[in-house]
Amino acid sequence: VVQVAFFVAAIGALGGAIAVVGLRNPFYSVLALVVHLVSLAALFLLLYAQFIAAAQVVVYAGAVMVLYVFVAAYVGQQEEPLYEPIPGQRLLAPLLGVALFVELSIAILGTALSSLSSRGAQIPASFGTPTSIGNLLLERFLTVFEAASMLLLVAAVGAVVLAGRRRDDTDRPTSERGSAGGRAEEAAR
Amino acid sequence: MDVTWYLVLSALLFAIGAGGVLIRRSPLVILLCLELMLNAGNLALVAFSRAVGNEEGQVFALIVMVVAACEVVVGLGLIVAIFRRRLPLNVDDLRDLRG
Repeated sequence: VVQVAFFVAAIGALGGAIAVVGLRNPFYSVLALVVHLVSLAALFLLLYAQFIAAAQVVVYAGAVMVLYVFVAAYVGQQEEPLYEPIPGQRLLAPLLGVALFVELSIAILGTALSSLSSRGAQIPASFGTPTSIGNLLLERFLTVFEAASMLLLVAAVGAVVLAGRRRDDTDRPTSERGSAGGRAEEAAR
Repeated sequence: MDVTWYLVLSALLFAIGAGGVLIRRSPLVILLCLELMLNAGNLALVAFSRAVGNEEGQVFALIVMVVAACEVVVGLGLIVAIFRRRLPLNVDDLRDLRG
């Protein structure tokens, strides 16, 4: 059952990733990324990371993707010209991707780490639950937690400043950007 | 399932994301491909956390998600700002800062 679940989720994640790169309409790319993220959440569940999986669905597939959908709808479909600033870029880039994958696979499969070829260490029943993650986050990694909250605040303010309405702009206001950013921040906490 | 499977899948996703960043010209899609790469890293972190039996990798993945959310918010703000100044949304045309 675990193997079937792994392969279904892996195919979903791979298909979503390829669709993100391959589809020409950015709106469909965003929707493909949602498929990818939900499949990844299933993989996290298989790895006993329940809290990460829940956060992935709520924060990414929920809040961040709403931001993407808003911006994709606001910007609309832009023509991507076919000319290449570097000759042969469209051919070289996938080759580089394949080379990267081969290199990483050699590193992973050739490693001498014994724990990789096993099913993993023995873990307690509370592994990855919100309780244990919260304990780690609020005791051992409290500084990191506070720094992350500070970073979110700065990013939210920065986004409002960057995308905010200027006096000489005649465009319609984008107040929904600020509120969506705030929602992402709340969800991330 | 061996943890190696998850790592190979994560390497494949990372390579797809990297290829996408190199191929696509729209900044919005490039941000999406960056998300792919960050998520591949997250998958590797969680897989290692499972292999070692230590939850600190999951905390790391959580922080990566927070940083990714910040990056998205700022990047999308930049895209909206570019669009409102009626500049082309194409990373090849936006090369004024190149040395």
